[in-house]
Amino acid sequence: MKDNQQTQPLLQVKNLKQYFQLNNGFFSTQVLKAVDDISFDINKGETLGLVGESGCGKTTAGRSILQLYKPTAGEVIFDGKKIEGKATIEAYRQKATMVFQDPYSSLDPRMTVSDIIGEPLDVQNLVSNAAERRERILDLMDKVGLNSEHAARYAHEFSGGQRQRVGIARALATKPEFIVCDEPVSALDVSIQAQIINMFEQLQENMGLTYLFIAHDLLVVRHISDRIAVMYLGHLVELADTDAICDRPLHPYTRALMSAVPMPDPKVARANKRIALSGEIPSPLHAPKGCPFHTRCPHATDACKESMPELKEVESGRLVACHRALEIN
Amino acid sequence: MSEEAKKEGQSVPENVAPASLTAADFAPADEKEKEYMVKMRPQTTAFKDGIRRLRKNKVAMVSFWVIVLITLCALIIPIFWPYQYEAMLGMTPGKPVDASFQNLKPMTYSATELTRIEAGEKVFPHLFGTDSSGRDYFIRVVYGTRISLAVGFFASLIVLVIGLLVGAISGYAGGKVDLVIMRIVDIIYSLPDMLMVILLATVLKQAIGDSLEGTVLARIGSNIISLFIVFALLYWVSMARLVRGQILSLREQEYVLAAQAAGAKGSWVIRKHLIPNCVSVIVISTALQIPSAIFTESYLSFLGLGVNAPMPSLGSLASDALNGITSYPYRLVIPAIVISLIVLSLNLFGDGLRDAFDPKLNG
Ligand SMILES: Nc1ncnc2c1ncn2[C@@H]1O[C@H](COP(=O)(O)OP(=O)(O)O)[C@@H](O)[C@H]1O
Ligand code: SF4
Ligand SMILES: [Mg+2]
Repeated sequence: MKDNQQTQPLLQVKNLKQYFQLNNGFFSTQVLKAVDDISFDINKGETLGLVGESGCGKTTAGRSILQLYKPTAGEVIFDGKKIEGKATIEAYRQKATMVFQDPYSSLDPRMTVSDIIGEPLDVQNLVSNAAERRERILDLMDKVGLNSEHAARYAHEFSGGQRQRVGIARALATKPEFIVCDEPVSALDVSIQAQIINMFEQLQENMGLTYLFIAHDLLVVRHISDRIAVMYLGHLVELADTDAICDRPLHPYTRALMSAVPMPDPKVARANKRIALSGEIPSPLHAPKGCPFHTRCPHATDACKESMPELKEVESGRLVACHRALEIN
Repeated sequence: MSEEAKKEGQSVPENVAPASLTAADFAPADEKEKEYMVKMRPQTTAFKDGIRRLRKNKVAMVSFWVIVLITLCALIIPIFWPYQYEAMLGMTPGKPVDASFQNLKPMTYSATELTRIEAGEKVFPHLFGTDSSGRDYFIRVVYGTRISLAVGFFASLIVLVIGLLVGAISGYAGGKVDLVIMRIVDIIYSLPDMLMVILLATVLKQAIGDSLEGTVLARIGSNIISLFIVFALLYWVSMARLVRGQILSLREQEYVLAAQAAGAKGSWVIRKHLIPNCVSVIVISTALQIPSAIFTESYLSFLGLGVNAPMPSLGSLASDALNGITSYPYRLVIPAIVISLIVLSLNLFGDGLRDAFDPKLNG
């Protein structure tokens, strides 16, 4: 999975911002900064994990990278080409797809499994006749471990795990290179989660896929990712190799997240004292000034309340957005 | 946010999942998963499912057959019945009026007919007697039923088309378009129904009466046409609201986003996702619209704003019957019973449809 050919990243995200205008009341509008200035690269064949608490903007980031929302600002560069305008977006839709979080609402209850999987093919006119379409769909079903007898059935007849397989087959239909996986297992039964993750890994190996793997469950992300990016209130606070970030998190928020991961070994668990975060995650409507994390950070100083730390390289390959990253570790 | 919270809640409970997943966790689908998957229902489509549930509903099925029976009667009986709905028996041009045909009681014969029967001729009985102009009352009731059903059906169709179009545009376009359309809907909604219907029917009757002269529409009658216009103007609003609400909630579904992620355009999303998912709700509420249209037609006819004479409708028959209510109460009772039967069975059938097809009820 980890190939070190650092030529050109497959996907580059530069200063991406996604703000939502909220209409509350007749004339007053508020701006919700769901994603506020994030930048990162993903290399070909790599899996970048994206973690953070619920509501921190992971889904929004994934969707605006795929141009499902029109980004407020910033660039998405795929395979060296800037995604901008109708023509590039159309081509991009074929190369970059998404697996959704909710296997229930992401499949149309009135469509058969084969129509759901075939939808991208139909929309983009990728097959010339019914026989070819059928063959492609059966092949996709086979890839994700679905029985071909299920093709004519309706999605509502299936369990969550199988529904998610249908969703994955749909994401694979156009032979994409890059897939945004938005918490693809968090709605599934624990016993099924591993199966699906295993499948993601196999597919990646067989088809040379690149993933942006969103999750709030650190165990899952840790297992599948080559690198991990941590988000807080619309900002990236840390980005590093999986092993580095798990063994020695540098940002106070990442440290708190990692300490909350359950350990099977009680000795390790005790040694790894849990850092409880005080207070609630602030609403993105009233994001604090300065470092977004200062309201909950045990190391906050006055400087943190005033100026916003930039995401910068503190060690080779480790990006952290904290004024005191080096002092406190 | 709360939805998100729910999902977080269902995820891996702390301390249960191993810190690192081992190879054993990643075996291909095993018995456990298969079992988890077996909790599936037998192969069936949503539509077949609905029909099956509908069939089991006795009340709905009885109502259905009552409607079919009434409709067939209304369509077929006039073809072979020996009397015409507008024929005034005993009135032959150039001869004096034979008043013995007027106001016959059910199953009785006029003086002329009695002499013919005595002469050995067979005369078809007047099942419900005749009215004050000597017209066979049975065929008038049958014909009135036909008119009432047609009005109900076409009025609902008009309401459906306008409501669907406006509601879909409003819900899909959103923003300012939606705002403007919905304010108009609110205004129409807040008008007093009955008053508007009566005013409009009166005005339209005057306005379009002359312009129809000589066209096919003249045969249908200015009153019925104004009735349709009234329906079109007033009753589309609730349909539009319903459709808009459906579209709004469906638009939020992730499968719409998934289609967009695949590059689908608006028309694709509407055709493939939005319409199929709200069609059952729309069919049901159209089915429930028919009896209310029939009812409105009836009371407008009762008030003299309905069909043009000599064309009967159930409402105008009831209205005419008021003149002789003391002597001939059955002339009011018969059309009233037919109206009630139609409206009741259509409503019960519509309810049955809703129970069978509304996805909210069968999870
Ligand atoms: N379409 C939208 N319109 C307005 N606000 C939104 C929209 N989508 C998400 N948000 C808000 O943006 C924030 C980030 O949401 P989301 O990206 O779903 O977070 P996550 O996936 O990390 O849980 C939340 O506060 C959410 O309420
Ligand atoms: S910048 Fe300050 S408040 Fe922000 S994480 Fe670092 S120490 Fe904490
Ligand atoms: Mg999310």
